[in-house]
Amino acid sequence: MDDLRDLYQEVILDHGKHPRNFRKAPAANRTAHGYNPLCGDQVEIFLELDEGGVVKDICFQGSGCAISTASTSMMTQALKGKTLAQARALFEEFHALITGTGEPDPEKLGKLAVFSGVREFPNRAKCATLAWHTMCAALENRAEPVSTE
Amino acid sequence: MTSAAHTAPANEQTYDVHRIKADFPILAQQVHGHPLVYLDNAATTQKPRAVISALEHYYAADNANIHRGVHELSGRATKQYEEARAAVRAFLNAADDREIIFVRGATEGINLVADSFGRSFRAGDEIIVSTMEHHSNIVPWQMLCERSGAVLKVVPIDDDGEFLMDEYEKLLSPRTRMVGIVHQSNSLGTVNPVKETIARAHAAGARVLVDGAQAAPHQRLDVRALDTDFYVLSGHKMYGPTGIGVLYGKRELLESMPPYQGGGDMILSVSFEKTVYNKLPYKFEAGTPHIAGPIGLKAAIDYMQAVGLERIAAHEHELLAYGCELLAEIPGLRMIGTAAVRSSVLSFVLEGIHPHDIGTILDREGIAIRTGHHCAQPVMARYGVPATARASLAMYNSRSDVEALARGLRKTIEVFS
Repeated sequence: MDDLRDLYQEVILDHGKHPRNFRKAPAANRTAHGYNPLCGDQVEIFLELDEGGVVKDICFQGSGCAISTASTSMMTQALKGKTLAQARALFEEFHALITGTGEPDPEKLGKLAVFSGVREFPNRAKCATLAWHTMCAALENRAEPVSTE
Repeated sequence: MTSAAHTAPANEQTYDVHRIKADFPILAQQVHGHPLVYLDNAATTQKPRAVISALEHYYAADNANIHRGVHELSGRATKQYEEARAAVRAFLNAADDREIIFVRGATEGINLVADSFGRSFRAGDEIIVSTMEHHSNIVPWQMLCERSGAVLKVVPIDDDGEFLMDEYEKLLSPRTRMVGIVHQSNSLGTVNPVKETIARAHAAGARVLVDGAQAAPHQRLDVRALDTDFYVLSGHKMYGPTGIGVLYGKRELLESMPPYQGGGDMILSVSFEKTVYNKLPYKFEAGTPHIAGPIGLKAAIDYMQAVGLERIAAHEHELLAYGCELLAEIPGLRMIGTAAVRSSVLSFVLEGIHPHDIGTILDREGIAIRTGHHCAQPVMARYGVPATARASLAMYNSRSDVEALARGLRKTIEVFS
């Protein structure tokens, strides 16, 4: 039960039920689709980058489990106002946190550290990282959908 | 050959589910500190000791290549391989051993028919499948349509997950060449009226392939009573090993079909001028087959028959009804698949909780279920859900297993409340 509580922390359940920035962005200039064929999770990320390469707006639509929805929701909150380079750096930190590789920096991760419990559930890692991979694809304006497989 | 150690299954009078469970070594373990409750049987069933022993015995005592060696071991391996074919023939009540083709699984059986029988299909020909087919009984036909210009038609299902016979009748025409239908749906549990489906197809001049991967462990099969043209089985879904399946085909059809793959064993003679193909069933078994596979599958069939196919079906039927009763009391639970005739599958969604999260929480209680689209995405689309949670039953499941499921679901709701 303890590791379940570590996984499904209050803040994750809250974001899973009430995702933030769950909408389309009319002014988006970067979008990408993500898909997990194993569980059917789908996400579409909308990014609006300003001329200086700063994330002016980021939001999403789609359907997924609590982990993937919360991860996407909290990612959008974390990335608003960040530069491209900062967004990529945060992806690296988050990836390290989920996969248990390297030494994630808790200060850089901030609230995202609540996802540390996912490490104990390796078959849920893709739920937590789908949005992040999709975000990276959006930054690069990749046309083909991102798949976890 | 002395047969590998078989544990005598439960006696005739009572269905002793605990004794049956004890024949499956894998079930006697703890998962995350709880006794394993295995309810993912539609994905794959566990193997009784008799099957594991048969495989071990084959490799430890009799392994050799078949149909060629003059030596003792080759003779033994060949004998057991062909005895397995006869056992499958009897299990399906087919007329002739030559109608039993060993393949890798139900999927390969369907691909074989789509490739070989489908080679004569032309533009304008039609193939009918149902909405509730597994992807394995959709994609090979789509590929055939791409190659040949044939057209795929789909029989809809109603809200309960019932095959709509009237809609099917409307789709049948002189252009229909093939009907592919699942005997028992893996995602809904619906048991389809295949006998009538076949009779109507035959009246229209079409052939029928029945996907029996899910039906085989849950009911007595009789391909002659059904009058089906083709029937496919998956060994690992009926207590046998993975990597082995069966294609049954009526002999005259198999005789008329070109080989599926070329290679050793499927030929009588080879020269660069002319190659003569082997007779049935070897024409369709190119290369050294998975010899241990049929041997393990025969042990699984023997085990099921020793327990009794009717007794297994009755036990599972009672358990399914009990499971439905327990799940009906769970707040916010909606069953997906409520056909009048169904078997062994409890597919459902919980309001506000994604199936994937249900699966993780149940797993921590030692309960194994499947979550996702079950390789039946058209079914998910039909019900407007991205995925379902599916508990599926087998002969070794007991009332306490479905009680554990219901408890686990209440706990899931608690975690999410």
